[in-house]
Amino acid sequence: MGIEPGRLQFSWISSAESTKFVTVAAQVTEAVRALGPNTRFIKPLAEVA
Amino acid sequence: MTSTTEILRETAARLLASGAVEMVIGFRQGTIPMMNEPCFVRKPAEAGLLVWDSHCGINLANYVTDRKEKKIGIVAKGCDSRNLVTHILENKIRREQLVVIGVPCRGMADKRKIAMKCPGEILRVHETETAITAEGEGFTRTFEKADVLQHNCSLCTHRNPVIHDELAGEPVEEQQGVDRYADVRAVEAMSPEQRWKYFEDLLAPCIRCYACRNACPLCYCPTCFVDESRPQWVGKGQDPVDVRTFHFLRAYHCAGRCTDCGACERACPVGINMRLFTKKLEKDCLELFGWEAGLSLEVRPALDHYRPNDPNDFIR
Ligand code: SF4
Ligand code: SF4
Ligand code: SF4
Repeated sequence: MGIEPGRLQFSWISSAESTKFVTVAAQVTEAVRALGPNTRFIKPLAEVA
Repeated sequence: MTSTTEILRETAARLLASGAVEMVIGFRQGTIPMMNEPCFVRKPAEAGLLVWDSHCGINLANYVTDRKEKKIGIVAKGCDSRNLVTHILENKIRREQLVVIGVPCRGMADKRKIAMKCPGEILRVHETETAITAEGEGFTRTFEKADVLQHNCSLCTHRNPVIHDELAGEPVEEQQGVDRYADVRAVEAMSPEQRWKYFEDLLAPCIRCYACRNACPLCYCPTCFVDESRPQWVGKGQDPVDVRTFHFLRAYHCAGRCTDCGACERACPVGINMRLFTKKLEKDCLELFGWEAGLSLEVRPALDHYRPNDPNDFIR
């Protein structure tokens, strides 16, 4: 489709794996920050004068 | 008249007369050349309406979805038969309701390829086993059939029906050594930016008419996600983001089910090759799960069957 690699990530985390959840969330946030703001699949809101 | 047509008429008349089926779904001559249309024959006397030639590209499996008749005769080429198998697996029709009249297929003609090579409006077409002749005001053009096949047909490796109760003709030789996915590989090789641009251009002419969806036997949801308004999953206009969302979500709904019958591409009024999306998923299914849709009634589809060795490297 043309989404940058890394913007979409998959993980399987059991409700018992709270530490894994924290780690993964932190890693994903960091990776996506590094990519910068998403420009794809975005619809700008109509400009209201 | 080709002999397949004669066999189909004879078979349909016989099945209807004996009461073996209540109706036969086949093709009749369209109102304009190269556009044969589906036709429901209910009386033996009407069996003469049925025809068979290179313009029967519509997928007839689309017309048996949830039908209540106890016995339906249906004309099926290779791909239609695979979609019938998929329908049966997905409980959209029962095998016992169907009398499948299989037609070993030599591929369907791409009407656009023919029209583009003709200087004016085509008024008549006729064909032999290997050539198609188009005639219009002041011109006659003959084409090798192999040169004007639908793209999916030139790559097809399942031309013989996978299920059938009757067979209208001798099985044909399957094409060997076909490279089915050259086009998908070309897109895979692009950078994300190129790919985004590529699909932007591919989908730019789309008018959201949904002919591709309506022609597809897989797209039988009572309310398609694009038609829902509460919630509204996707905008209904021609914003490129909405167009793209429609296409890639529809493709995902067809994942592991699409038989590359080409009915979607054939139906598109602006000639978009949206099969690229479904083909990518088809390729993935084959490479990751060894799965090709609609080949057997015995095997559960890749997506509703867990195997311990299913690839899961993308999850962490
Ligand atoms: S996809 Fe195969 S079976 Fe279907 S029309 Fe084309 S050649 Fe025939
Ligand atoms: S998505 Fe297109 S090629 Fe695939 S089954 Fe539907 S109509 Fe046929
Ligand atoms: S048939 Fe063609 S124009 Fe119509 S929605 Fe599908 S891709 Fe778009």
